[in-house]
Amino acid sequence: MDQTAWWASGSFWRKTAIWVTGASLVALIFLSIDSLVKISAGSQRVPAYTVVNQRVDYVLNEERHVQQPKIGAEQPLFGRKLDAEQAEALVRHGKLTVQAKNCMDCHTLLGNGAYYAPDLTKAWLDPAWGSAAEREKAMVEFLLDPTDNARNTLGRRMPNLHLTEDEAKSVTGFLKWMAAIDTNGFPYNFTPMKQEN
Amino acid sequence: MAALGEISLSNLNGGQKLAVKYYAMAGVLFAAQILFGLLAGLQYLMPDFLFGQLDFSINRMVHINALVVWLLCGFIGSVYWMLEEEAQRPVVGLKLGNLVFWAFAAAVTIVVIVYLLVQTGRGEVATIWLITEGREYIEAPRWADIAIVASVLVFFYNVAGTFAKGRYTGIAGVLVLDLIALFGLYLAGMFFTPNVSIDQFWWWWVIHLWVEATWEVLVGCILAYALIKTLGARREIVETWLYVEVALMFGSGILGLGHHYFWIGTPDYWLSIGGFFSALEPIPLVAMVVHAVYDSGTHKMQNNNHPAFAWIIAAAFGNFLGAGVWGFMHTLPQINLFTHGTQWTASHGHLAFFGAFATVNIAFFYLAMQKLRGEVWMGAGLPDRGWKWKWSFALLNIGMLGMTVALLVAGYVQSQIERAIGGSSWSAYFDAQAHPWFQQGMWWREVFGVVILIGVVLLAWDLLTVGRRETRVIQTLEPA
Ligand code: HEC
Ligand code: HEM
Ligand code: HEM
Ligand SMILES: [Fe+2]
Repeated sequence: MDQTAWWASGSFWRKTAIWVTGASLVALIFLSIDSLVKISAGSQRVPAYTVVNQRVDYVLNEERHVQQPKIGAEQPLFGRKLDAEQAEALVRHGKLTVQAKNCMDCHTLLGNGAYYAPDLTKAWLDPAWGSAAEREKAMVEFLLDPTDNARNTLGRRMPNLHLTEDEAKSVTGFLKWMAAIDTNGFPYNFTPMKQEN
Repeated sequence: MAALGEISLSNLNGGQKLAVKYYAMAGVLFAAQILFGLLAGLQYLMPDFLFGQLDFSINRMVHINALVVWLLCGFIGSVYWMLEEEAQRPVVGLKLGNLVFWAFAAAVTIVVIVYLLVQTGRGEVATIWLITEGREYIEAPRWADIAIVASVLVFFYNVAGTFAKGRYTGIAGVLVLDLIALFGLYLAGMFFTPNVSIDQFWWWWVIHLWVEATWEVLVGCILAYALIKTLGARREIVETWLYVEVALMFGSGILGLGHHYFWIGTPDYWLSIGGFFSALEPIPLVAMVVHAVYDSGTHKMQNNNHPAFAWIIAAAFGNFLGAGVWGFMHTLPQINLFTHGTQWTASHGHLAFFGAFATVNIAFFYLAMQKLRGEVWMGAGLPDRGWKWKWSFALLNIGMLGMTVALLVAGYVQSQIERAIGGSSWSAYFDAQAHPWFQQGMWWREVFGVVILIGVVLLAWDLLTVGRRETRVIQTLEPA
């Protein structure tokens, strides 16, 4: 075994490793740049934060064979239409609250996180909130006191995380905006709440 | 020189003395991980248990953060362990390295105390800096991130500097480049954005490109050294295998990142790219099994540390099974649409982390104990037939496999009832959680968790006693 075949030699594989890694990295960087543009707020897939002023739906796209968000008529959150800056501030505060309270170590968002509680990707559209007219009030009420508003039969409750009313409203805005992200059909087969016409 | 069979730091070189400190910290955090895992698992069964005091989210956060930090401590320890022998010279900045160890330990302690006592904060930037960032696995507050980066820079200086001034082996070359990537990636997790899609885009750079690329290559380097030590494997062969593994691992794992970009808002070309490249990821793991079996075969399984060697073999197979097989099962988008974010994921996460990484660290704990006692015999014919290491080995592996299967059953029920039929609504979620098969899965997970706990206790006992008063010295290896 003095003469190692070229394909079994260390130097061949070292070079291969370098080239393969380099090529993969370059490909990843190009794809990432493209993706980051396509998921910036205000793009087709990830809507602008002002989407909180509009009705959001989740409907089947026959061509893609998946459900996708549909942005509809004006439907301001808490009866107040927000400009771009206010809308961003709202979602930002909501997202900060989600991080500060560690929601993702119980829930999943976009399917990532923990599995102790329901996925929140389309929480805004969940039929359990009752009617579209009641929804935002019900959500804030729930977030402010989830323990007394518990509803599953397993006895698994969400603890009271002591959100302020402002935080609860911002989280609601964040959830509404998140429901408008195009997630390639995840969650599959989700039946959104009925909204008038 | 201390007597054979007595624990003495004087048996170690400088880097190894520091390594032992990291191993001790790793051991403590491993125990904490198991404890908090059991608490979180219990809350699935008894939701009122510690409700409002130590909620599931807190237990889970400590569980997975302890996991990440103990594995990293183990890795850092193992690199320090091999550093002087590989480079054939003393560590360049050992004093600084020691100082940083204590600073690091203090930072981890403070972070955990804040997790347990303060838990959460207001929805403002200060919370992210001081209490928690609330992002799975990298929940540590920003100040701690910065402390970690600083510690890691010193560690890196020690590794690169020592190799540069000493012998620069093939293992060293891979290791140094890999560490740059590993630590560089951490920076991708250190900023805030309101855009949850962009948040998760970068978050996966850290998580995926850690475990499925840089950590895998890191354990590849560490195991290469371990095979040379325990089997006397030839360096040329081991290093060639290492290059093969790097090529296959990075070639599949870097673009395999796309399997996390199916549903987070990212464009749909990731469905094909992520599906295709991640489906190739098991190949390097097969190669690792082949390598380990091949090397063991050429040496007729003759090795000088039976417990460590058993854990090395467990690593090769565990990595293949947990990451390769269990990962492949849900990596195609057509399947992942239904399994994404269910107990199925938890099943894979547990077996992969244990099989690929925990095993390697445990193997090194045994190597360390052997040398700490003055290079004692740890081959065949250990006192009491080595029942402690054999039982803890069996209990840990059986417990882990059992837990994985329990979670898989639960995940299957969940993906059917909640995801496929119920469309992942609030009520569909609880329909699945209430299903008897799901509930049974949660019970069995906890039962096997207790099996793991017993295995860990036995492991600790064995590590502290193995080789005590041993009079035989380490077996010399015959070259193959
Ligand atoms: C300790 C675990 C835990 C934490 C932390 C947690 N939740 Fe929950 N959450 C739950 C549980 C359990 C339920 C189900 C409650 C029920 O059915 O009564 C729930 C239900 C919900 C629901 C309704 C479910 C749905 O599908 O719409 C929303 C919305 C929600 N949580 C939002 C949040 C937000 C926002 C945070 C962070 C600020 C958070 N949760 C933190 C456990 C948690
Ligand atoms: C040692 C290597 C690996 C480790 C430690 C590991 C660990 C994990 C963990 C912990 C998660 C869950 C992350 C979360 O909390 O959301 C995860 C997700 C995932 N892993 Fe791995 N993994 C490894 C290798 C692999 C491989 C080789 C594959 C594919 C062949 C794979 C496929 C996946 C997929 C598809 C997901 C996403 C699951 C979902 O959609 O919910 N993993 N992995
Ligand atoms: C006593 C043993 C253990 C118990 C009872 C336990 C329990 C748990 C629980 C309840 C969760 C939360 C899952 C959820 O969100 O629903 C979890 C998550 C996790 N645990 Fe464990 N665990 C144990 C041991 C381990 C070990 C040994 C490892 C790895 C070496 C590990 C790695 C993980 C990982 C990676 C996650 C995150 C999974 C994901 O997000 O998909 N655990 N564990
Ligand atoms: Fe991955």
